[in-house]
Amino acid sequence: MSFFMQAVGDSAVKIQFQDDVTPSLNRRIQLFSRKLYNHRIEGVVEWVPAYDSLTVYYQPHQIRYRDLCQKLDQVFQLESEANEAGGGLITIPVVYGGDNGPDLERVAAVNELSADDVITLHTRNTYLVYMLGFLPGFPYLGGLDKRIATSRLEEPRGKISAGSVGIAHEQTGIYPIESPGGWNIIGKTPIQLFDVHKENAFLLRPGDEVRFSQIDETDYKMIEQQISDGTFKIGTVIKDAKLS
Amino acid sequence: MYESGDYMQKQTIFQIDKPGVSTTFQDLGRPGFQQYGVPVSGAMDRYAMQIANILVGNPRDTVCLEVTLIGPDLKATSPEPVTVAITGAALEPKLNGSPAPMWKSFEMRQGDRLTFGNHQQGVRAYIAAAGGFDAPVFFQSRATDVKSGFGSPLKKGQSIEGFPVRTTYGIGLSQAEVPVYQSNIDVSIVEGPHTAVFTKWELDRFYKMPHIVGANSNRMGYRLQSMPISLENTADIWSEATPFGAIQITGNGQPIILMADRQTTGGYPRIGTVITDDLPRLAQLVPKGKVRFHPISVEAAQERVTQMEAFLSNLETFTKGLLLKPE
Repeated sequence: MSFFMQAVGDSAVKIQFQDDVTPSLNRRIQLFSRKLYNHRIEGVVEWVPAYDSLTVYYQPHQIRYRDLCQKLDQVFQLESEANEAGGGLITIPVVYGGDNGPDLERVAAVNELSADDVITLHTRNTYLVYMLGFLPGFPYLGGLDKRIATSRLEEPRGKISAGSVGIAHEQTGIYPIESPGGWNIIGKTPIQLFDVHKENAFLLRPGDEVRFSQIDETDYKMIEQQISDGTFKIGTVIKDAKLS
Repeated sequence: MYESGDYMQKQTIFQIDKPGVSTTFQDLGRPGFQQYGVPVSGAMDRYAMQIANILVGNPRDTVCLEVTLIGPDLKATSPEPVTVAITGAALEPKLNGSPAPMWKSFEMRQGDRLTFGNHQQGVRAYIAAAGGFDAPVFFQSRATDVKSGFGSPLKKGQSIEGFPVRTTYGIGLSQAEVPVYQSNIDVSIVEGPHTAVFTKWELDRFYKMPHIVGANSNRMGYRLQSMPISLENTADIWSEATPFGAIQITGNGQPIILMADRQTTGGYPRIGTVITDDLPRLAQLVPKGKVRFHPISVEAAQERVTQMEAFLSNLETFTKGLLLKPE
């Protein structure tokens, strides 16, 4: 497991890992993030875990680049602690196809499958939240079955509604808010990926795992109603596996 | 500096008669949530914005109005006078038709009108009001970030509420301290992180040529019109965090400088990052303005940002002293 540090401008340092992007590397990056959380370094503002890097933002008038690199090295060498556990497993209900998933047929056709095959393959795997980015709460999910991998739309859509579930190459993701976008939209979830009014505003965090379950329009409306009544409970399992 | 007991009740302090081309609430943004994909956003020119706050006795991260090129028409509506400061771009501000001071606090009384005239220099002006404005809070910030769904630009007829406090006015920068915004600028960058995908020859060319700011530049990014930069090795770069000032080279070889409303992450190769101390001048660079880049060390960049921070900190201490004096 090797990495190096690199200045990214005068207010950020990137820890660049030199390993392949795998769930194991991701666990390592999440572990580094938690160490930063548990051992606050003065001057550090925040950090952004990504596929093969972790970028740490800081106040350069509070700590200089070289000093920060040294401190980061020290923190990363510390032993893991009990609360440095893995993420949760969250099940996201999705209604596939039709107006909710206008590109389901395209994904099927490109891959010479039926729409049902695409749904079966999409709901079968467990996905890892490698990182969040692009939009507030947008999860980049790895672990898509290669048989349904599909390149982005040539012409991005001007408007994709919140909750849309898409595929781009070997990734799948969920649009948390309405946005333009080029992903192939195969379905839609009534689940909100973030709620600015909640203390734990975000449903998903880097390192969490996600599964999709197929629901129909009736279930969709019911869940939507339960969410607006505040009675909906999302299926979350907290895994207790300690990272190493 | 006012004490908490001095806060007035929330009042409607401005009525928007004309909104201007794009007038938004901006503070220092919402850092701390980038790992969840939430853009930092906030003022484009954080230097001018912080000075506006300091001059009216506000904490430096208090929300201001960010005015873009064509300013709004505002009418003061609160029975209590409001102490105001305007900094940043020179957009010919007028108080009841006469020139209003810039980089110096002044008082607006009920019925006073603040308007803007012709563009003179810069792009973005900041209006701070003592006590600050009320605006919806999203992730601990009042900054407007339209594409994230956090607020929207001001509209005609809208009222702005605030918490006006009585403070001393007439506090300003000396003329020598007022920034001059040019339309042809040199900025320093710290190279990386993907400098290796550019040949030495391409890098030299990137530094030698002037880059022209495209008309389709905005708070998310400045699109530069340049001779296309070709990439040595277009091997996939995994998406990673993208700081304010990052210069990415897109597929067609054109550079884009990522600005305040940038997305948190991106996957284009990046040649370097504009240093913090030069971001304000870049934020004030007009469309069709020219920019040249030159590389400096991270240590030199940090020396400059530390000096900028020291100036703001000293100004804050000095202003607090003036505000504390009995009238």
